[in-house]
Amino acid sequence: MTTMTSSLVRRSLGAFVIGSVLSATAFSAPASASETAGHYEVPRLEWTFGGLSGYFDKQQLRRGFKVYQTVCQACHNLAHLSYRNLTQPGGPELPKEEVEAYAAQKQVADGFNDAGEVNMRPAKLADLFVGPFKNDKEAAAALNGSVPPDLSLITKARSIERNIEWYAFPFIMLKDILTQYQEQGADYTHALLTGYTDPPADFNLLPGLSYNRVFPGHQIGMPQPLSDGMVEYDDGTPSTLDQQAKDVTAFLAWAAEPSLVERKKLGAWVLIYLIILAGLLYASKKLIWRNVKH
Amino acid sequence: MSHASSYEPKTSVTRWLDARLPIVRFIADFMVFPTPRNLNYLWTFGAILAFMLIAQIVTGVILAMHFAPNTALAFDSVEKIMRDVNYGWLMRYAHAVGASMFFLAVYIHMFRGIYYGSYKAPREVLWMIGVAIFLVMMATAFMGYSLIWGQMSFWAVTVITNLFSSLDTLYSGLGTTLVQWIWGGFSVDNATLNRLFSLHYLLPFVLVGLVVLHVWALHVVGSNNPTGVEVKNVEKETLPFYAYFTTKDLFALAAFGVIFAYFVFFTPNYLGDAVNYVPANPLLTPPHIVPEWYFLPFYAILRAVPSKLGGVLAMFGAIVVLFFVPWLDTSRVRSASYRPMFRWFFWAFVFSCLALGYLGAAPVTETSTMASQFFTFYYFAFFLIVMPVVGIYETPKPQPDSIADTFTHKSDDGSGRGARPVAAE
Ligand code: HEM
Repeated sequence: MTTMTSSLVRRSLGAFVIGSVLSATAFSAPASASETAGHYEVPRLEWTFGGLSGYFDKQQLRRGFKVYQTVCQACHNLAHLSYRNLTQPGGPELPKEEVEAYAAQKQVADGFNDAGEVNMRPAKLADLFVGPFKNDKEAAAALNGSVPPDLSLITKARSIERNIEWYAFPFIMLKDILTQYQEQGADYTHALLTGYTDPPADFNLLPGLSYNRVFPGHQIGMPQPLSDGMVEYDDGTPSTLDQQAKDVTAFLAWAAEPSLVERKKLGAWVLIYLIILAGLLYASKKLIWRNVKH
Repeated sequence: MSHASSYEPKTSVTRWLDARLPIVRFIADFMVFPTPRNLNYLWTFGAILAFMLIAQIVTGVILAMHFAPNTALAFDSVEKIMRDVNYGWLMRYAHAVGASMFFLAVYIHMFRGIYYGSYKAPREVLWMIGVAIFLVMMATAFMGYSLIWGQMSFWAVTVITNLFSSLDTLYSGLGTTLVQWIWGGFSVDNATLNRLFSLHYLLPFVLVGLVVLHVWALHVVGSNNPTGVEVKNVEKETLPFYAYFTTKDLFALAAFGVIFAYFVFFTPNYLGDAVNYVPANPLLTPPHIVPEWYFLPFYAILRAVPSKLGGVLAMFGAIVVLFFVPWLDTSRVRSASYRPMFRWFFWAFVFSCLALGYLGAAPVTETSTMASQFFTFYYFAFFLIVMPVVGIYETPKPQPDSIADTFTHKSDDGSGRGARPVAAE
């Protein structure tokens, strides 16, 4: 069995050409065993932001942001996000005052004061997120050598490993394209957060690290961050580990691409427009060629 | 089939201009270019490519207004484009997906040329300009990908530029010196990013120039066609480019646009590597360094050869060999439709390219290396053995005497209403 990284799947458009010639039986791709020796196959989940009409669920993003605030932000930043993004349409749409208060907890450098020293002031809506550490060195010093990655692109920066036989490859590729599988990073993130298990008996776990069935190499510097009841939800949603993982992943998916909803909405119109245009052009072509032998 | 000009200026202004700069005549003659009636939709990819080149330039110029070619800023500036520039996400995804669509179209265009023998006399120069275009396209795409300055960008530049160090085995120090000259320093760094950006902005305009030559050459010799038989009777067998082929090309372009838009709006990251959303880190090598999909067959050829210099030579040789195709193919029959043996070798060649594409992304194992070597061998054998030998031994099927023969049996009256076939030279 060949172990292929999913990156492979996403790239060989070449085989797409073959795949597209083949019929719709493409969809009956063989299901791989979900756990082969040491390999955990991350399942594909349903996300509101997947598919043609994907959107972000405001309540879920708010819960996810609460998870981020309560747990993740102690170590991880969202460096590409501005505070104002939290108030924007299509996102968590938090009240402006709430976000202003949240931003004001952090200090940012802003020019120099009259004495020539760096002027510090509380962060405002227009500022980028301020992280927990000044730099990677400070993070490593505080966290036993581990540097927590920035999370603003995490759901786009991760993919999952899949076992795909070479002959099934064109079909899986075609299926991924047609079902728009763009949520590998979200599936990975959710699987990682819920992937803390006891190590296999013969596993040699280094001190200070935790076993995770999804993380490459299975030894991760982040101790299990979420657990049942860890975060208190305001909207009455039961705060299970799985729910927290889903919510914070959805929040991170939004943070990775706040323009996703705008993109998909516009995309639907563009497709409709182009299909009608193609139809009209085809009709024109037929008309112009109607009496021509060719 | 360069045709005599049929343009007659009708006003005093156009007559005045025509005597000084016959630009209107040029456009008018371009529009009535006699084109074989029997072209199939594979001949629409030239127009699709022309559109893609323009689309890449337009989106690229807009991106360049917001991009910062500096190692400390590049990655963040790309994210700023995605988040803070109005429709910046659209420009970036259209440009990134556009590169893939450009290559998809060019590969179809090239396979079309090979299948129908479009490189054969008198179209050798047209074909060779095409190969030059292909080379410059690859360089442009490689440099563009590097600008994101993500992990895959950085390591792809590192790996590919380092290939030149293999020249050290020819002459000690030659490769190393060359690599440092390319880098502008002792490592892939800010100087490298700056020149990659400068060249990435320059080369598309070189492409424009080459495409002008390409289309010029096309207009001198005329389009080949699915029968591979030259046009004998311009009036019966061709139609003016406008409106017959403009509408056909536009329809094909719109259909291609549907696929393009699908990727841009719904799976914009499918064709890219997730790892490139991690900022470049010179101290951390990613576990798998994989190029973009359109380079994978060549990457597989590189890895198939055990020696580094040999691999580099094979990889470049895989493109250089294309220049000689017009003289490697010994058959006098152009179209593979009438070449019963060659046709099979052609499809085996297409399969090999796809297989090499698959292998270029696969982790290296003993089996994958053997498979890569097998398909690399066939890749070269197709050009260096099949093309010369099959042309000699094959008995071609009878070709139609003329293009017109393929449609005169069809039942319409053939009056060609609306057709204004142009007089031959
Ligand atoms: C930017 C890239 C390119 C553009 C814009 C372009 C454009 C065109 C156009 C408009 C035509 C006429 C319509 C058609 O036959 O499809 C054409 C024909 C042709 N092109 Fe290209 N081309 C490009 C790249 C290439 C490459 C890379 C090759 C080969 C290595 C190539 C080889 C040919 C040949 C042989 C023909 C004549 C085909 C025939 O008449 O049967 N082109 N090209």
